[in-house]
Order: sequence, then C-alpha cells, then structure tokens
Amino acid sequence: MTLTKTPMQTSSRRGFLGLLGAGAVLMAAPAWALNTDQARALVQQSLNEVYAVINSGRPPAQMYKDFEAIFARYADVDVIARSALGPKARQVSGQQFAAYKQAFQGYIGRKYGARFREFIGSRIEVTGARPMKSFFAVTSIAKLNGRAPMTVEWHVSDKSGQSKYFNIIIEGVNMLASERAEISAMLAANGGDIGALTAALQRAG
Amino acid sequence: MRQADPEGGNEMRARHVLPAVLLPLFLAGCASAPPGEVNDPYEAANRRVHAFNKGFDSNVVKPLTSHGGDDESNGESAMLLVTNVGGNLALPGKVVNGLLQGRPARAAQNAGRFIVNTTLGLGGLHDPAGQEFGLNEVDTDFGETLHVWGVPEGAYVELPLLGPSTQRDAVGKVVDLVIDPVYNIAGEPEVYYAFGLRVGSKAGERARFGDTVDSVLYDSADSYAQTRLLYLQHRRYELGMEGEAYDPYEDPYAD
Repeated sequence: MTLTKTPMQTSSRRGFLGLLGAGAVLMAAPAWALNTDQARALVQQSLNEVYAVINSGRPPAQMYKDFEAIFARYADVDVIARSALGPKARQVSGQQFAAYKQAFQGYIGRKYGARFREFIGSRIEVTGARPMKSFFAVTSIAKLNGRAPMTVEWHVSDKSGQSKYFNIIIEGVNMLASERAEISAMLAANGGDIGALTAALQRAG
Repeated sequence: MRQADPEGGNEMRARHVLPAVLLPLFLAGCASAPPGEVNDPYEAANRRVHAFNKGFDSNVVKPLTSHGGDDESNGESAMLLVTNVGGNLALPGKVVNGLLQGRPARAAQNAGRFIVNTTLGLGGLHDPAGQEFGLNEVDTDFGETLHVWGVPEGAYVELPLLGPSTQRDAVGKVVDLVIDPVYNIAGEPEVYYAFGLRVGSKAGERARFGDTVDSVLYDSADSYAQTRLLYLQHRRYELGMEGEAYDPYEDPYAD
C-alpha cells in the first residue's frame, strides 16, 4: 500500500482531519482509484456542508462566501473555469487565468448561493453512483417545497489528482454548458478582454 | 370521448387535424442538429421575438404574477388553486397523447388522476390523486408524440408569448389545441373559461418559478442563448434524447 504518497497532496487543502479521513479511505482502497462509493461519499459530504450553511441562518453575504469555499473544496474549479472560458483559455497567461479563476469561483458562489431560500426545508437524497466514460456519475433526487422531485446528477473525476466533481446536471440541464454560454457571452460583451471579463465576474452573480 | 360530444362535431374536427399531422412530414425535411448541439438558423428572427417576450414578461406577466414581498400567502394559495384547476383540465389531452404514443399505462395514470381530482378533488381544486393515491401527472404533449413517431426536432424557434420551442414542438402545440378533448367537448362560453384557466395555470407556474425565470431572463449576459440552451437541454432530457455526457478532461478548450 502506498500510504505515504497520495494523502500528502490532499493535506494542504483538507487539513489534518482530512488527512486522517483520506488515510482511512486508502485503507479500503489501496490504489486511491476513485470508485462509486467514494464518488457517492464526496457528493454526500458536500451536500451536508451546503445544508449546514443553508440552515446556519447567517447573513446571505456570509453564506455566499461559505458556498464559494465548499465549491472550491469539492469541485474541480480549475477545469470548470477553463472549460467555461473555452478556446480563449489557450491565449491567456497563467497569471491572467489565475485571476479569472478566482473571480469565477466567487461569481459561482454568489450566483448559485443566491438561490438558497428555495432549498430551506428541502432535502437532496443521494440515490446511486455508476461509472461513466472516464469518471463517475452520482445520482440524487432533490425534493424542494412545492415542486416535483428533480433529478440531479453529479459528475465526479479524479483526473485532477483529487476526487472532485466537475459538472452538475439538473433535469438534463448541465451547469458546465450553461456557464460556457454565459462566460462566452460576457467575454464577447467585454471585447474579448480577459482582464475586463475578470472585472465583470467580480461584480456579477 | 366522441360519444360525449353533444353536437357530434368531432368528425369535422378530426378532419381538421389531418393537415396539422401531415405538416411534420415537411418539417422532417429540415436538418436536425446532432444530439447536444443547437440548430438555430432563424437566430436573428428568434432574437427579435425574444426581445418582445422579455418586454412582455417584465411589463405584463411579472407584475401580474409577483405580489411583491415574501409574505403573500393569500395571493399564493389563490394562484395555486388556479394552477391546480388548469393543470387538471390539461390531463385529458395528455391521456390522448399517451394513447397516440402507444403508452397505455401512462395514459391510464393520467386518466385516473383526472377522474379522482375532478370528483374528490372538486374539479381539480385539490390533489387527492397525487397525495393519497400516488397518481402523479405524467407530463406529455403532442410534441412528444411526434418524437415517439420519429419526427426530428427541427430548428429552434422562440414563439411570441409562448416562448422557446422547436419546429416539432411548435407543431405539437397547435395539434394539442385541436385534439384536446376538453376544448372539443366544452360549449361556447366554457371553452373560453377552460382556456383562461390553462393560461392562468401557466401564469401560476411563472409565479412559482419566478426566481428561476428572473435569473435566466434578467441576470444572464445573453438571456437568449441561456433560454435556448436550457430549453433544448431540458426538453431533450424529458424526451430521453440526450447526447453523450461531456468530458472536459478530454479537451477543456473545446468550442
């Protein structure tokens, strides 16, 4: 068992407790290959944290910061931000991309966080997980007040070196595609300038 | 249903249906986008309609359906009743479509729901079918029937007042009006009440999903593109015609 190698990567982000958790997971899965149970656990854990924030009763602005932190912890922000930017991502410097990615992360936290009231008193049940292409699809059912149950699918991959989700599909509507359309429209509105797009993202959401 | 028609006018109506049913065959000639892609050759015209619809929403629909403030229990429950009755009146049309699609179980479920809610639910004001008998609505329409029959999606179109659609679904909407048993059976004034309730029911949905509609229409950099994307993805999902799952790790820079 290669207990030493992989937990080190996660330690900086998840801290000591996370390290312990990762170690425990490794005991069960020697090669740290992502499997359906782990993908499922990842989604469940991030949902628990989201609901803890929703039920915290903190001021909205603070909640958006918390959602952003959860998003950064459980989602592969790098690949999502890169994919949203599309071909333009090839033309920008590392520094420009880092600034854009940071702004994108905050924008996601505010944009999706602003909908938190719809989730008060709701619950999302993780119902299953299955391998798909090179990643895993975790399925869940969202039961929101006064709405028919909705199917929410999470796509989880370990391609970044850590197990993270990179797409959420709600009743067939996929977040990655939606953000690609949105970011490309914002980029066009800002004359194709990455700096201006970054500034617009800092204000948006 | 025919026996229930007091004027025996359904024979005539059935003949009117035919041209509408044949129309999709012409549409079948139109190129359809591969799954996951957008076929929008009428984008310029669609964008003009979108601007009109957005203006109509912000000036008429939104003021009518939002009562301002979060505490609006009275307005909301009245709206819910209209939504319920309108939704109930839509069921017979869904039964017909279920049968046309060769899905008798779904048709029976909608029929059972209609019978229970019309009687025990007092004309659809309440929903005992869903709450006590597990008879939930199986949503469908003639657009889906055309899909089941193999008619391709056609181009994306945004219709005035009715919103995002495709050529196939637009034809479906027209045919749905013609084949709906409620409109065929109801007499002169009732048919307008029924239609009014259905429109009210749509308005009720606008009120309930107000935040979602607002964020797409008013907070997007390009609300036309977002509306088009959301409609096509959701519609394809409903019809079970989704494309391949997208893998950004293969090529994160792809168009």
